[in-house]
Formats: sequence, C-alpha cells, structure tokens
Amino acid sequence: MEALGLLLHGFAVLLTWKTLVLMMVGLVLGIFVGVLPGLGGPNGVAILLPLTFTMDPTSAIVMLSCIYWGALFGGAITSILFNIPGEAWSVATTFDGYPMAQQGRAAEALTAAFTSSFIGSLVAVMLITFLAPMISSFALKFGPPEFFAVYLLTFCSFVGLGREAKHKTVISMSLGLLLAGVGMDTVSGNLRMTFGSAELLRGINFLVAVIGLFGISEILLTMEERLALRGHAASISLRVVLGVWRDLPKYWVTLLRSSFIGCWLGITPGGAIAASFMGYNLAKRFAKEPEGFGKGRIEGVFAPETAAHASGTSALLPMLALGIPGSGTAAILLGGLMVWGLNPGPLLFVEHKDFVWGLIASMYLGNVVGLVLVLTTVPIFASILRVPFAAVAPMIVVSCAIGAYAIQNAIFDIWLMLGFGIVGYVFKKIGIPLAPFTLALVLGNRAEDAFRLSMIGSGGNLKVFWSNGLVGSITTLAILLLFWPVIDGLLARVGLTQRAKVAQS
Amino acid sequence: MSQTDLEIVVDDPTAPEDDSPSVVSSGTIEILVCLLLLALAVTLGYDNWRTGAAWDATGPEPGYFPFYLSVILGGGSLYGLIAAFAAHRAARETFVTRAQARRVMAVFVPTLLFCLAMQFLGLYVASFLLISGFMRFVGKIALWKSLLTAFVFTAVMFVTFDVAFDVIMPKGPLEAAFGR
Repeated sequence: MEALGLLLHGFAVLLTWKTLVLMMVGLVLGIFVGVLPGLGGPNGVAILLPLTFTMDPTSAIVMLSCIYWGALFGGAITSILFNIPGEAWSVATTFDGYPMAQQGRAAEALTAAFTSSFIGSLVAVMLITFLAPMISSFALKFGPPEFFAVYLLTFCSFVGLGREAKHKTVISMSLGLLLAGVGMDTVSGNLRMTFGSAELLRGINFLVAVIGLFGISEILLTMEERLALRGHAASISLRVVLGVWRDLPKYWVTLLRSSFIGCWLGITPGGAIAASFMGYNLAKRFAKEPEGFGKGRIEGVFAPETAAHASGTSALLPMLALGIPGSGTAAILLGGLMVWGLNPGPLLFVEHKDFVWGLIASMYLGNVVGLVLVLTTVPIFASILRVPFAAVAPMIVVSCAIGAYAIQNAIFDIWLMLGFGIVGYVFKKIGIPLAPFTLALVLGNRAEDAFRLSMIGSGGNLKVFWSNGLVGSITTLAILLLFWPVIDGLLARVGLTQRAKVAQS
Repeated sequence: MSQTDLEIVVDDPTAPEDDSPSVVSSGTIEILVCLLLLALAVTLGYDNWRTGAAWDATGPEPGYFPFYLSVILGGGSLYGLIAAFAAHRAARETFVTRAQARRVMAVFVPTLLFCLAMQFLGLYVASFLLISGFMRFVGKIALWKSLLTAFVFTAVMFVTFDVAFDVIMPKGPLEAAFGR
C-alpha cells in the first residue's frame, strides 16, 4: 500500500507540462531511432544522452526512459513491415509478424505487437513498483562483502549463462573491468594505467565507450550490408485495434506466461533475446496447432513481444534497487544517473524519492502514451525508411561526436569514441559480446571498491565472502553459475536434466 | 499477394556485390585480436605490478585488483588464441569481403577526417562538411539537397546544444568571426 501512495506522489512529480512535453519528445525520438536501420534502444539512449545534461535528473531520466520505450515500439515496425529485426530480440517477431503482413494483415500484426509490448512492460513496471522498494530496503542491510558478492553473481551469471563462447565473455568482462580502473585510484590517489598521459587521468568515461561501441560500430556494420528495403506500408484503423483488443482474453495464458518469462530473464541477466525466443517457443509448444506457427499466427507476435518487453523493462529493477543493471540499456541509464550525481542502489529510494517514483510513474505513463502514439503514427514512422542511409549515417556520426564531446568537454574523448567504434565493429564480427564489457565498465569501480573494503575489513581473508549465511549463499551461487556449463554437463551425464532426456529420446 | 501491396521500396545502388572476394578471414582477425589483447594484458599487468599489486599495512595496493584482472585477460586471450588457431585450420569464414571493406571505409575515412577537421574548424563546420560531402560523394545525392540537409541539420544542432541547452561545442575560425 505504501508503494501505491509513493507511486501517486510520483505521478504528482511527473504531471507537469514540461515533463509531459519531454516525455513526448523522448517517445518520438525513440520511435525514430527504433525505426532507423543502424540504431536501436541502447544506441539511441547513449547518443541522445547529452540532450539531458542540463536538465534536472527527473526530467532527464523521464526523457531517456521514453526514448527507450519508443525504440522498443519502433523496432516492431521494421520487423513486421520489412522483415528486418532492428534488434536481436525482434527476430522472433518476424517469424509470424512478417507472414501476417504478407497476408495483408500488417495492421493486425502491428496492433498485436504494440499491445503485447505494452502488456509486457506493464507487468514488469508493476513488478518494479512493488518489488524494488522491498529489495532496496533489504539491500540497505548490505555491507561491502554482500555488495561484492552481488557484483560477482552478476559477472559470473554472464559468463555461465551467456550464449557466447565462455572465454570471449571472460575477455570482454575483464577488459571492461580493467578499463574502468584507468586513471586516478579513488582510494589511494595513485595513478593507474595512464602511462603518463594527462588525458587518461580522468579515466575512460563509460558513456564515451558506449557511444563508440554501439553508435559508431553499428554505422560501420550497417554500411556493410545491402541497404535496399522492400516492404509493406500500413496504417492502423480503430476497427482493427478494437478487433485485436477484443480477442486479447483468448490469449491470456500466452500473455501471462510470456510476461513471467520476460520478468524472470530481465531480473537475472538472461536478457530480452533469450526471453523473446523462449516466449515464442513455449507458445508454439503449448499451442493446439503448433504447425500454424511461422505462417502468420497472432500468438507468434504476442508471445515474443510480451516477453522481450517484460524483460527489457524488468532489467531496470536491479538497476534501481541494487545499482546493478540487468541489460546494456539499463547500464547506459545507470551511467546517466551517475552523470547527474545520483548514486543508483538502495539509498536512491531513501535519498531521492521524488526521482525514483517520478521515474516509475513515467514508465506507466510513457507506455500508455507510447502505445497511442505508435498506433496513430505508424505510416509516418514507416516512411522514415525512405530517407537514404547516406543522409542518416553522417548525421548519426555527428550526433555521436556531440555526445562524446559533451560528457567531459574533451576532444580526446572523440578520438576515444572512434577507437571504441573500431573495437565494437571487430568484437561484434568475431563474436566477443559487448554487453559484459559495458556492464563491467560501469560497475568496475564499484566492484573494486567493495572488494577492497571487504578485504581491508577482514585483514585480507577471503573467508569474509562466506562470513554469514547471506553473503555465503550469494558467493556460492555465483561460483555455481560460473561453472554452470560444467555442472550442467555433469547433470546431463547422470541423466538429471532436461537436456539429457532430450538427448536420450 | 500482388506487387501493388509493396508500397515502400528503397533501393541501394551502391550495395556490395554478393560474389566479392574475401579480404581476410574471421579466424585471422581472431588470432590478431587475441595477440593484441595478450599484449595489452602484459602491458597493463606490468604497469599494475609496478604501481603495487601486493598487500601493505592499509590493505590491497592500488594495482592489486587490476593486476589480477590483467592475468585473467591474459589467460582468456591465450585460450582464445589457441582456440582460434585450432578453428582456423577447420573453417575459413569471411570477416569482410572487398566490397564490404570499401563501404566500411567509405564511412570510416570521412569520420576520421571529420574528427581531425573538428580540431581546426570546430564541430559545426566539420559537421556541415561531413554531411554534405558524404551525401554528395558517397550517396550520390543532388548537390543542393546535400548542402541544404547539411545546413539545416547543423543549424538545428547549434540551436539545440549551444543555444537551448548550453552545451558548448568546440568552435573554429568561422564561429570566432561571428563572435561565438
């Protein structure tokens, strides 16, 4: 009940003309970056971050989170109309969305995608509303060992549960952690890894790296491909919208199951990609006529979109409650919070109530406004794709440069951005994942501080990470997750897992 | 489905050819990247060792945490190197074809020149040159459209950042002539 009162307070903070206008601007910009090839949620948020530097934190985060919602909505437009998934989590949407468009049911598919996105996000926001304050108040009891154990759990789960080759995730994560340590050591004041460079004294700014890794590298990758498009134009009529909404209760199991999967995989670092595929596969598995999937079934749109959006939204839960982002975009938003001098984590709920509840309220309102906006403006946004990429690409490059420079007013950062652009391009092409790198770069200093404080407190005894039931169980779970592929293999060998049963059958 | 249903068609006249020869294989790049990362791990490890990677009376020295991370990075890179060598013999997947490389360079080189030009001409003049030049020479878009788009975009950026949001960008001689 207390959460509801605070949420109403959040709406009171939010409902000013200025914030509402910023919300609309954020949503429009978000849909824009979602539709444009070569951009997406994380890139859009990173590039447009400098726009918010002079705003108060609440207005800024509202605008940024609305860019994120907008980008999520926009991604579905290209997936369904052009069979081009803007993000990896939109791939599953194309399986049935594009066939629906080919059958002349583009409006129905788009309505289904937008509505299920809305439902997935809504469930996740409700979870954040009620769970985040509880987790954060519990986390207030955490000391440095508990925090380090949670960071360790995050890093280990990325390695153990990630789809990429393990050594590549380790490389990506350790590189990110190392680069986070460049510059002045916050504890001793010593210089580390600067090699006499005055520019590196400031350290490597996380956002500069992100703009290069996501923005510049994506332009290079997009340019590599054939940029010809051939797709369907669509406009959505009220009759189609009401028709899809009227049929929604028929699919409540699919929607609920996908929401649950999405929330689960968003809070643990499973991610939206895994969520969308799992949502789709389970919908197909439990369907009465699974053979219809892939040929234009509306559940094939509902399931992945609901799961992906529930996952993307619930990734903000650990970010707000513990200061640990559950996704790349959540990490960028966390970087934004730090730019405005806010310290994400349990204290945020105590020290900046207006901000936190304003943000949570904006998630509700942003999704409602976003849904209405996309349903009414699809033809306009779809036509953005007619703009030649040769005009869009240099504009994105300029926006990236502005973003990188504005963070610290340093020309050096623009060169750094370019360097990270090349790194991102090469890493993406050889399968080194960027999400662990981003996460490590943003959490590196915090993890190191927690580790050092724990070790100082214990006189250098590693047993501090098993000194009580809470920290001990988190650390043990982290180690189990790190070696999960080995454990899973052993369990499969003795026939205790699903994998073994599948192999046997 | 009739062709009239297809209402949005965007062609790419400069699309890379499908049969373009490979410039380099992914395996070779993986080996190269692992070698570079290994060298980086050694360099950073040495620097952290020099800074102090042990314990003193106050706890871990400044280089303690990053030193062990360098060791992990080095270990991961070494493993990657061995794995890449083993896989390299089995399959030769293309990293980039000649046509793709040409297109990537068509973006990268102007971006590099833009970063260079920005230091002398300021961000807005460099942006104008990048956008108009890219649209005209890479996109083969009409000169007037290229110039107009570049001017409008640069002006919008200037008004948004320098005027509305007070985010001061690097300036060059042109802005100085106008007293900015």
